[in-house]
Amino acid sequence: MNEEFNPKIVAFACNWCAYSAADLAGVSRFQYPPNIRIIRVMCSGRVNPGFILKALKMGADGVLVAG
Amino acid sequence: MNEKRKEKTEQPDDLRIGVFICDCGSNIAGHLDCSAVTEYAASLPGVVFAKENLYTCSEAGITEIQKAISEHELNRVVVASCSPRTHQPLFQSSCAEAGMNPYLFEMVNIRDQCSWVHMQEHAEATEKAKELVRMGVAKAAFLEPQKDIEASLLSRVLVIGGGVAGLSAAEALADMALEVILVEKEPKAGGLLNQINQLVPEGVKAAEYVERIIESVNSKSNVTVHLGTEVKAIAGYIGNYEITLQRGEGEAIQEKVGCIVVATGAVPLEPAGLYGYDGERVITQMQLEEQLLNGQFKAQRVVMIQCAGARVPGREYCSRICCMIAVKNAALIKDQDPEAQVHILYRDIQMYGTEKERMLWDARGKGVRFDVYDPEKPPEVKDGQVLFEQPIVGTKRQIPCDLVVLSTPLVAREGASALSQLLRIPMDQNGFFLEAHAKLRPLDFATDGVFLCGSARYPATVAEARSQGLGVASRVATVLFKDKLVTSALVAEIDPETCVGCLGCLDMCPYGAIEFVPEKGICEVNTILCKGCGCCAATCPSQSATLKGFKPKQLLSQIRAI
Ligand SMILES: Cc1cc2nc3c(=O)[nH]c(=O)nc-3n(C[C@H](O)[C@H](O)[C@H](O)COP(=O)(O)OP(=O)(O)OC[C@H]3O[C@@H](n4cnc5c(N)ncnc54)[C@H](O)[C@@H]3O)c2cc1C
Repeated sequence: MNEEFNPKIVAFACNWCAYSAADLAGVSRFQYPPNIRIIRVMCSGRVNPGFILKALKMGADGVLVAG
Repeated sequence: MNEKRKEKTEQPDDLRIGVFICDCGSNIAGHLDCSAVTEYAASLPGVVFAKENLYTCSEAGITEIQKAISEHELNRVVVASCSPRTHQPLFQSSCAEAGMNPYLFEMVNIRDQCSWVHMQEHAEATEKAKELVRMGVAKAAFLEPQKDIEASLLSRVLVIGGGVAGLSAAEALADMALEVILVEKEPKAGGLLNQINQLVPEGVKAAEYVERIIESVNSKSNVTVHLGTEVKAIAGYIGNYEITLQRGEGEAIQEKVGCIVVATGAVPLEPAGLYGYDGERVITQMQLEEQLLNGQFKAQRVVMIQCAGARVPGREYCSRICCMIAVKNAALIKDQDPEAQVHILYRDIQMYGTEKERMLWDARGKGVRFDVYDPEKPPEVKDGQVLFEQPIVGTKRQIPCDLVVLSTPLVAREGASALSQLLRIPMDQNGFFLEAHAKLRPLDFATDGVFLCGSARYPATVAEARSQGLGVASRVATVLFKDKLVTSALVAEIDPETCVGCLGCLDMCPYGAIEFVPEKGICEVNTILCKGCGCCAATCPSQSATLKGFKPKQLLSQIRAI
């Protein structure tokens, strides 16, 4: 197979840190691959395993919980 | 499981979603195809209106949202633009003005997290923006209307720190007829100004200046000043704090306030081990101020070294005010004795604003000498001389002197971290307190009801500390002049029907917002203390705890749309 693997990544990001870090990455014009989808939560503590499993089931190749 | 199945099929049927795609000038539209995203949005289930705006947050953009709410009877609004962290409140209140419940608003970030980070990938960025909009619309479908939470407010304020910033805040708050409790840990109010000679640019005596403000504060019947006192404990929340004060060994004093102002200032660095500092022949600007104040100053040949202990590894920041202080004192020495020689060795001169630039030229005119040094080769103080190398030309210079004055930065006070823990307020890596947002909320902490002014935030001049103190009073007024406190409804709730009182959530709550009610055998949420993190919702084994706005059906719907 010569088609490159392009994983789909779902990130649960805490509003106060990881989500704002992603905002800051934007303001700083850091370039990164466009295969990540950020879901904002008010705290990474909100993310229970059910959400992670759901994301994997819906086709995510990787899940990032950042907070 | 069955419950969840039911939720999945239970699509609200009278959905009328409006989607607004912001170009943000060229910030978004310059890097992805906003028209294609708008067209895509219009095709999503439940969407009855989609519109591209040049700037959705402009008056024109807001008007379009409001018009669309009434013309198209929208019951959900999604804006795809920048960050909800900065713009959600504006859009929400605009929706509310147009008669839509603001909790039916959802925001999608296609700028900070799309156009700005995929600037060279037009096609991929466009696709990603479409998907993000799809996810936002999917979540919006399951949003529920909410009612803001209301609570009572005490019209009293605690000000911690009696320097010029705290005194100014207390004075202004008292003038607004609010009751003020000012706590100063030293036996005298006034802060650093008690030790300083005279103030530039005005040239007034620092002690006289601050004494006037102290007198004004003392003359107000609605201010109680506690000297030699510190804050020992703080409980409660915005509108209703319970404070314990401790004066020396004396009995603890209990107070109740609605808001808290932090004005604890900063102190000049004690430059132990720097440039042969000995407090006699090598002193700090603060010690020079004292000599000038007491008339003890006699040196003939003075060298001042700027950035002593500042802008170095481990303390990288610029203290902002030290150039002004050096130039002030150099000019004063020249005024006293025009024959005296004063050299200022600097890296960069920080004399910002309209008056300080003038001061700099005046000092040059008076014969104060300025020389640049290279931070890689800092000056050396040796045998009554200062040795340094002039950058560019590379000439080695020796300046004979009988006094070296080190311009040291203001650094955080020792007690700062204790206070940070007591109030749950953040500090930066240098121990200065961190405001909620440098540009949008410069005098607020992220914690509601707690505010900040003066050098506690970063080194400030007297004029800055005073204006921040006056400004903070008006920030407090925006809270306390309301009849009641209104806060976001996006907090946790616990279903009393299904809660079994296992206390799992109670242990998990970082804000102490959950209480066990023995009579009912269940846990309950204090909605004012709750910050809406949702840890309880993630923990609750019976799913009785949920976080409004981030309920399973809302998040799962968003995940399903990835
Ligand atoms: C050598 C020198 C010369 C200066 N010259 C000038 C000048 O010419 N012009 C100018 O504009 N500015 C000058 N400044 C700057 C000026 O000192 C500051 O702008 C000013 O002090 C800031 O006021 P503040 O209220 O923020 O802090 P501070 O003056 O530091 O006051 C803070 C107060 O809070 C109290 N406190 C701290 N922690 C607690 C606690 N936990 N509980 C209770 N109380 C507490 C402290 O005891 C203090 O009284 C100079 C500074 C220095 C070091």
